[in-house]
Amino acid sequence: MTSYAHAPGFIAGDRPQIVTSRFQYDDSFTLERYLATGGYQGLKKALGRTPTDVHDEVKNATVLGRGGAGFPAGTKWGLTPQGKWPRYLVVNGDESEPGTYKDRLLMERDPHQLIEGCLIACYAAGLSQCFLYIRGEMAVAQERVATALNEAYAAGYVGKNIMGSRFSVDIVLHWGAGAYVVGEETALIESLEGNRGMPRLKPPYFPAAIGLYGQPTIVNNVETLANLPWLLVNGAEKYTAIGTKTSPGTRMVAVSGHVKRPGVYEIINGTTTFRDLLYGDEFCQGIRNDNQLKAFVPGGGSAPWFTPEQLDLPFEASQVGPAGSMLGSGAVMVMDHTTDIPRAALTLTRFYAHESCGKCTPCREGGTWLERILSRIVDGKGTDADLDQLLEVGESICPGVFPHASSSELGLSAVPFPYRMNTICFVGPSAYAPVHSALTLFRSEFEARVTKRTRIPVSGSVS
Amino acid sequence: MTSTETNVTSDENQPPVDPNAVTISINGRQVAARKGELIIAAADRSGDYIPRFCYHPRMSPVGMCRQCLVEVEGPRGPMMVVSCMTPVADGQIVRTDTPQVKRAHEGILELLLANHPLDCPVCDKGGECPLQDQAFSHGPGESRFVEEKRHYEKPIPISDIVLLDRERCILCDRCTRFADEVAGDALIHFTSRGNNTQVLTFPDEPFSSYFSGNTVQICPVGALTAKPYRFKARPWDLEKVESTCTTCSVGCRITVESSRDQLLRYQGVDSDPVNWSWLCDKGRFNFEAVASDARLEQPLIKRDGQFVEADWSTALRAAAALVSSALRDGGAGSVAILGGARGTNEDAYAWSRLARALGTSNVDAQLGDGLPSTVFAYPQATIDEAANASTVILLGPDLKEELPVLHLRLRDASEKRRSKIVEFGAKESGLTRYAWKHTGHEPGQQVAAVRSTLTETSVVSQLGKGSVVVVVGRGNLAESPEFTMSALAAVMELVPNAKVLPVLRRGNVRGALSAGMGSGSAAEILERAAAGKINCLVLVGADPLADFPDADLARRALTAVPNIVSLDTFMTTSSSQAQIVLPAAAFGEKDGTTTNLEGRVSQLSRKVTTRGTSRPDWMVAVELADLLDIDLGVGSVHDVFDQMVTTQSAFRPIDRSAIKASPDGVLLAHVGSAPIASPVPEVPERAGFSYRLVVSRKLYDAGQNVANSPSLASLAPGSAIYLHPLDLDRLGAPAGSNVKAIGARTSVVMRVEADASVHRGTAWVPWNQPGGKVGELIDASALVNDVRLENI
Repeated sequence: MTSYAHAPGFIAGDRPQIVTSRFQYDDSFTLERYLATGGYQGLKKALGRTPTDVHDEVKNATVLGRGGAGFPAGTKWGLTPQGKWPRYLVVNGDESEPGTYKDRLLMERDPHQLIEGCLIACYAAGLSQCFLYIRGEMAVAQERVATALNEAYAAGYVGKNIMGSRFSVDIVLHWGAGAYVVGEETALIESLEGNRGMPRLKPPYFPAAIGLYGQPTIVNNVETLANLPWLLVNGAEKYTAIGTKTSPGTRMVAVSGHVKRPGVYEIINGTTTFRDLLYGDEFCQGIRNDNQLKAFVPGGGSAPWFTPEQLDLPFEASQVGPAGSMLGSGAVMVMDHTTDIPRAALTLTRFYAHESCGKCTPCREGGTWLERILSRIVDGKGTDADLDQLLEVGESICPGVFPHASSSELGLSAVPFPYRMNTICFVGPSAYAPVHSALTLFRSEFEARVTKRTRIPVSGSVS
Repeated sequence: MTSTETNVTSDENQPPVDPNAVTISINGRQVAARKGELIIAAADRSGDYIPRFCYHPRMSPVGMCRQCLVEVEGPRGPMMVVSCMTPVADGQIVRTDTPQVKRAHEGILELLLANHPLDCPVCDKGGECPLQDQAFSHGPGESRFVEEKRHYEKPIPISDIVLLDRERCILCDRCTRFADEVAGDALIHFTSRGNNTQVLTFPDEPFSSYFSGNTVQICPVGALTAKPYRFKARPWDLEKVESTCTTCSVGCRITVESSRDQLLRYQGVDSDPVNWSWLCDKGRFNFEAVASDARLEQPLIKRDGQFVEADWSTALRAAAALVSSALRDGGAGSVAILGGARGTNEDAYAWSRLARALGTSNVDAQLGDGLPSTVFAYPQATIDEAANASTVILLGPDLKEELPVLHLRLRDASEKRRSKIVEFGAKESGLTRYAWKHTGHEPGQQVAAVRSTLTETSVVSQLGKGSVVVVVGRGNLAESPEFTMSALAAVMELVPNAKVLPVLRRGNVRGALSAGMGSGSAAEILERAAAGKINCLVLVGADPLADFPDADLARRALTAVPNIVSLDTFMTTSSSQAQIVLPAAAFGEKDGTTTNLEGRVSQLSRKVTTRGTSRPDWMVAVELADLLDIDLGVGSVHDVFDQMVTTQSAFRPIDRSAIKASPDGVLLAHVGSAPIASPVPEVPERAGFSYRLVVSRKLYDAGQNVANSPSLASLAPGSAIYLHPLDLDRLGAPAGSNVKAIGARTSVVMRVEADASVHRGTAWVPWNQPGGKVGELIDASALVNDVRLENI
């Protein structure tokens, strides 16, 4: 096995490290290194307490889900109906949001931490079996997690009577086949069951009651679970001491695009601002070639865009939402002043149109339509009517006013997140978000690309 | 005190409050609904039509097309929800007419139309197309889609009958859901994704479902079309009338549709107690046989071994002469009438009246392929009762092959966990995979199988959980029906409160028997004929040479009878032995009533004029009676009906207005008391190297309706002997090779195939297949029939 000196793009810095503490080691993914750095101590502590006790600890720490929706994990575990067995933990390692690559690093660099997190979750929430769903394209992550799992089984950390206790749980690995929408939890469950990866219908909004094989199921993100070993060792008090009350702990953020140092950073939740992240010395150190920042996507490809005006917002959902976007999966994409905005929007929209599962009409037809109009505009073949057409098609996907950031220059005030939607899941609106942001905030760039058409009067009202 | 009393009285006067009743408001009007009901269903009742494509009331909702968006008042203001997925709640406020809802409807329709080809002028659906209609009623009225539309090869055949045009498809999941959820043949599915999502079959696996025609009917666009109707008519040219299918005895309600006096299609009607709008492909497409060139058009009289055309009066006089000479020479007992199960109740009644007037009891509507009519004496169950019983005991035939829509109903009962199925069979059936218990048995061992299975602890506790319905029919033509009757008696002994649903297959067999066409038995009649005791045999739509299980007996009988009169729609092998052949009117060409297997009498309707000079069966009986100086006292089909319901006790509670008022039909009252169980016949030992014969039907066979429908004729699987793979290994013959099958009387050469659903030690042969000779191996007088197989 080849080993990296460091995972690509990860920059540690001098900050509290909850999930990335072992990233500095070349062999961070081995059981040997994991045990040498306090591995499986959280599990040991958990097993020494009652499951309810452990569950309360997680609840008190308010560990927010890191998959995108930001739902507290402890609360989610409490949603399963009592007395229905078996019940499952499904780990969502199908990280596929454009710009996001934090879970990949967690799986590649510290697979044992994830496994330990899974075991703690199963113990606390009383779950019978764990399924680890890893994205099909992540070959190294698959290999590392599989190897780690074998090591853990051999060492008695997974399987029957874990660490000599009466607690037994199995972890099953499953590899995806490359579909974006399987990152949506119900589609992921469908895919695990061997069906087409298409989202289930809501309600029920959570698979907690009816999930995998019709049984109670908890779906957690990789990063969420990776927080648990540290939390169990250090306690909720220390965890909540980091960050803010509503967003405690740290979170991993993947920055890509036009910055000097793109990469994954573990930042303090709730207090770090986008300006800190993009311009701070310990983070991205500014825009490449000291260019002007034009816009950035704060939370993965499906989030509405921000402009430099929003740079001082912290990583805090309760402030980013009202400002017109979302923190999502923790991916920041940065565009400097050289960016061709229509082309950037097209790149993102093309992705979502391509990844539509085809189940519901607005996403299947609308996404592709948006992509085709946009590519016409980018190719210089669009007309001014196409710009309104884009918004009209978007209106059929997301009715009403779509969230966007404020702009004092354009005289726009922010429309808060979230949007309303005509679709089953978020893929359809995601295709529209970049179009809407680009067109609202940078309409002049589109207008410069299209040909003006004079409407010929139907009846000759010649004066 | 007083107030308490008043309260008590008012409580007594008011009906008990339904705990499931809720009231919702739709567009400001109060609508009563039930818990669990969907908004779209409640709105349908209140008259607020919500446009929809994927929603179908008989299938689970999927919310895919998103056309049925409505606004529901929520905690954070009005929310847009899909009404086909959202259940009603008390006090819910629903709006279907706001500008936002209108904008959403227009938006979704514009998106649906974006890639839909505008080939409506040449599309079969044009004129009755939900997409076309709703684009008009709820659409934006203009198209702004200037890009090139999706292109696929069009159309592609997905089965022998159904063609798929993926360009027209709007991906509503109706056909795929039907195939998976209703038919249980998940052979079509979505493939690819996003903009390229399409419905397809799996590679090299056609959509060979018995129910494929339903997907054509429920397709909301012209994406699925069926060969028999493709490009035959425009919907606005079709005239339709509601009727009842008589292909089998389920009695599905259908519309018979024609244009230019030609039957062009049947569509299923949603009859709640019977077919839930589904039809099988055989029933749906065999209208082709009505228009077949092979139909008889003119009476034929045999002169010097050759048929020559005659007019009706000559032919009828000749027939009357044959009957009266038989009466003169051999008395009433020398006249026999076989058949009547193909026609209407009125047809059967008229012929049974004639038989009684002649004084003969040599009358049978079954051809040794059913059960004795004592099966009707048990407490009777309806199809609904069977499909809602907590336990269904299956004794007999493979319902998927014989009564396909009943199979769907029972499959649904099992899939929705309403019923547990306990199946007994000499071969696995289409329902075996949905059965809770399947007990395989050798032919003749039913009683032992019933006694051992129904006394198992788990089964006893299951039987005690609720109602029990026994579905009983003839599962094996190569064994005596007594075994099934004894097994039924054994079930009734163990489960005394069970009800019985007799599943005799022939279209109107229950009606014919109730009308009096069952006073004799076909086997005895043919035995008497073979012994030279029958002088004149009248075949009313009966073909003993093809349908009677014992081919040798049928052949001997028809050779020995000097005078045969055949009344049929086609020249069958038996008709060709007749002296006089009279052309009969077919389904769709005559009015009347029919009775389905549960005793439901419903209306048949005439849609097209009769072929050539053909006449309905009842009319021929009346005219023949006239020539024999017998006055049946009827002059029209209504007269026959009125006389039938007054004289035949089985039909007594029914009258014409009741039938007219109830399109779902009227149930016959049950008469009779449980018959005395006959002793179980002793089954002879099977020799070590022989196989016990199981002969049962496939849906598609060599019967006239299938053979004369070009779309269906090629679907009959053909004749072969099917053995369990291990038995085939023991025989040492490769699958597909020919073997010699040696029966008690003669031997025939047949193809042999492997089939794991056949039990070991038995040999299964489908009945009445093209080129089939299995009848040679069956002795109707034997309790069971064995064959030895030899490799050649």
